[in-house]
Amino acid sequence: MELISGAEILTRCLQEEGVEFVFGYPGGAVLEIYDAIFRQEQFKHVLVRHEQAAVHAADAYSRSSDKIGVALVTSGPGATNALTGIATAYMDSIPMVVISGQVGTSAIGLDAFQEVDMVGCSRPIVKHNFLVKDVRDLAATFKKAFHIAKTGRPGPVVIDVPKDVTINKCAFEYPESLTIRSYNPPTKGHPGQIKKAAQLLAEAKRPYIYVGGGAVQGGAGAQVTELVKLLGVPCTNTLMGLGALDGTDPNFLGMLGMHGTYEANLAMQYCDVLIAVGARFDDRVISVPSQFLSNPKRIVHIDVDPSSIAKRVKVDVPIVGDVKHVLTDLIAALKEGNLRPNPDSLANWWKQINEWRKPNSLLYTPSDELIKPQSVVQKLWEITNGEAIVTSDVGQHQMWAAQYYKFRRPKQWINSGGLGTMGFGLPAAMGAQLANPDAVVACITGEGSIQMNIQELSTCKQYNTPVKVLSLNNRYLGMVRQWQEFFYGTRYSHSYMDALPDFVKIAEAYGHIGFKIENPADVEPVLREAFSPALKDRLVFMDFRTDPSENVFPMVQNGKGLNQMDLPPHMHGLQQVPFENNRDYGNLC
Amino acid sequence: MRHILSVLIENEAGALSRVTGLFSARGYNIDSLTVQTTEDPTLSRMTIVTHGSDDVIEQITKQLNKLIEVVKVIDLNEADHIERELMLIKVRATGKDRDEMKRMADIFRGRIIDVTEKTYTVELTGPGDKLDAFIKAIDATSILETVRTGASGIARGERVLKI
Ligand SMILES: Cc1cc2nc3c(=O)[nH]c(=O)nc-3n(C[C@H](O)[C@H](O)[C@H](O)COP(=O)(O)OP(=O)(O)OC[C@H]3O[C@@H](n4cnc5c(N)ncnc54)[C@H](O)[C@@H]3O)c2cc1C
Ligand SMILES: Cc1ncc(C[n+]2csc(CCOP(=O)(O)OP(=O)(O)O)c2C)c(N)n1
Ligand SMILES: [Mg+2]
Repeated sequence: MELISGAEILTRCLQEEGVEFVFGYPGGAVLEIYDAIFRQEQFKHVLVRHEQAAVHAADAYSRSSDKIGVALVTSGPGATNALTGIATAYMDSIPMVVISGQVGTSAIGLDAFQEVDMVGCSRPIVKHNFLVKDVRDLAATFKKAFHIAKTGRPGPVVIDVPKDVTINKCAFEYPESLTIRSYNPPTKGHPGQIKKAAQLLAEAKRPYIYVGGGAVQGGAGAQVTELVKLLGVPCTNTLMGLGALDGTDPNFLGMLGMHGTYEANLAMQYCDVLIAVGARFDDRVISVPSQFLSNPKRIVHIDVDPSSIAKRVKVDVPIVGDVKHVLTDLIAALKEGNLRPNPDSLANWWKQINEWRKPNSLLYTPSDELIKPQSVVQKLWEITNGEAIVTSDVGQHQMWAAQYYKFRRPKQWINSGGLGTMGFGLPAAMGAQLANPDAVVACITGEGSIQMNIQELSTCKQYNTPVKVLSLNNRYLGMVRQWQEFFYGTRYSHSYMDALPDFVKIAEAYGHIGFKIENPADVEPVLREAFSPALKDRLVFMDFRTDPSENVFPMVQNGKGLNQMDLPPHMHGLQQVPFENNRDYGNLC
Repeated sequence: MRHILSVLIENEAGALSRVTGLFSARGYNIDSLTVQTTEDPTLSRMTIVTHGSDDVIEQITKQLNKLIEVVKVIDLNEADHIERELMLIKVRATGKDRDEMKRMADIFRGRIIDVTEKTYTVELTGPGDKLDAFIKAIDATSILETVRTGASGIARGERVLKI
């Protein structure tokens, strides 16, 4: 058999995995790899302007498709620059393969030039990682890495490849299949447990379905929708689960949690049977477990990762398995046994929920003078028919994007929830656009976040990714300012963004189109122009000067229960706790 | 409560640091940890002594199982088990203490494995509390050095931890 170099083997492995794009940045330790990339044509390399962006782009490439994003960075600073991106993917359970260069095996441990212990540095923020010390192990390691990244609870996998391994030669053979005896992620749920869950639903007076990122990643949108329709029950999505159920579905109560809607949060607090689907009872969702459980409820928890179950909240019916499989079986069990919640109780529950819905907790006061950030998102939704892939950064704008863009399908909403990484939005938009070349991709950002990876405007130019950037520029690190207003006596310590650049000029300097929008009347026309066929192939940067004092409502403060929200002004004085803790719910439901 | 976890793990570079890293990252306690390869050289067997509430122990077990290289985890406390630890202890053995030290070693079924004019080195195995008891029983000022392996554990009866 022909002997080829480790670098060539590496590119062949990526080809075997059907990789289309590698997001990367070269350097000494990966020069062999870059040379091998130069000599092949099967996949394209996207040269970013900062390694963090390479990883975010690869991450969003995964988030917005069923494929796996790949990033390639050099040793030392290249590798450390990648860490924030890796942690971002890890916290949201996103499959991804990151290849890092390493100094030669004989130099490891000698404080060699650009040496950093990447396996050690990344260990707490990867699903798994490998240091390949022998070229003969390279192909099998790639096979394992892709397999581990995408199966079970997905996550990023790092492969650290010393330079001599890229130079040494051996025969190439890509393993057809593999078994890892210590790694056998579950797929099907336990039939007995699924029966119990079906039974519980049939006994429920106030059932509720709470769907998270696991349903999005697990491709279970159709099953979630079917379950909701079959039972006619209310459903909420976490920030990561948005799109699992169509945001315009009448059974959808909106996002829940810290910035969830009034009805979604109260339903979470007062339901009596809760089905958690690929969601992990995060502190930004249920706040304090004891408060959440102070109204008794029985909980079914479906998750592929046993460690997600009973981590923050004890549950009655744990079901370990893949969402798609488990929901399919649950739906079958419900149909087979003709099990449904009691229609009268359900009708009463809906009556209560509709009461909660009435005041519309997402209402805001429109203005003729100041651009309301919420209105920009609503207009974006209208103009893109709710069909755009939307990425975001982190802050108030992220919450408004989540609240006001009604996502229709899974994988349409791409944001950093678990780590909350500012700087994610633009490189993510780039990755999503490359994965979905025909889709309209919008990045909703803030003037703070965008400046954390603004250099990627250059990459967008080079690779013609015509994303539309909507910067909700409130001249503040708005989310920080909001907390300072609420909890620190309006002492706005270092949250004002002074000396902002002229973003229009920046966009233009990078070869794009820029608009500055200061008047509410201009919001719609500018959006229409930006999304018009004439600018279909151009990146448009929209700098919306928004109302700097706008806050995100509702809000559940740290330590408070889901039934103790801070509500928008029009809901002040509203009876906030419609249920007493130990009250008999009988007359209501 | 104190628990003894037995872990079967791939004998691969870096596997141990994944386990210890997990404990420190998630704030779990390690009271002791021992590891050696098994009769199958591709596998290592680890005994981890930890303590925590039932919820914490459940999470520790689940998180350990989540590590790709971990093949199996059992909590020995779930059934009857045997626990042994080895201690080597160097003590001052002069004058009338010399006989006394020999007597104590005998009582605890220790073996004196090294002798100088002024010292004994005693080898002692048993459950951790027996070793503690020995340390308590002898004059604290006579202890020159102690080294303990931490517990190894195995289930009683026919229960085995194997692939
Ligand atoms: C500024 C800010 C504000 C925020 N406010 C909110 C808020 O108001 N509301 C909110 O919801 N979040 C909010 N978040 C996000 C929050 O921090 C968490 O990231 C998020 O709530 C977690 O979502 P999730 O529970 O869906 O879990 P994810 O992190 O998406 O985890 C998915 C779960 O599904 C499991 N899983 C994965 N794949 C499968 C599969 N195939 N089958 C079965 N199970 C699977 C995983 O094991 C995991 O347990 C906010 C974040 C930021 C930065
Ligand atoms: C890398 C990073 N640093 C700091 C933070 C803390 N943080 C969260 S939101 C926020 C403000 C974001 O400001 P901007 O992008 O302007 O968005 P806005 O809240 O104003 O909409 C900050 C600093 C973070 N999430 N990420
Ligand atoms: Mg801002």
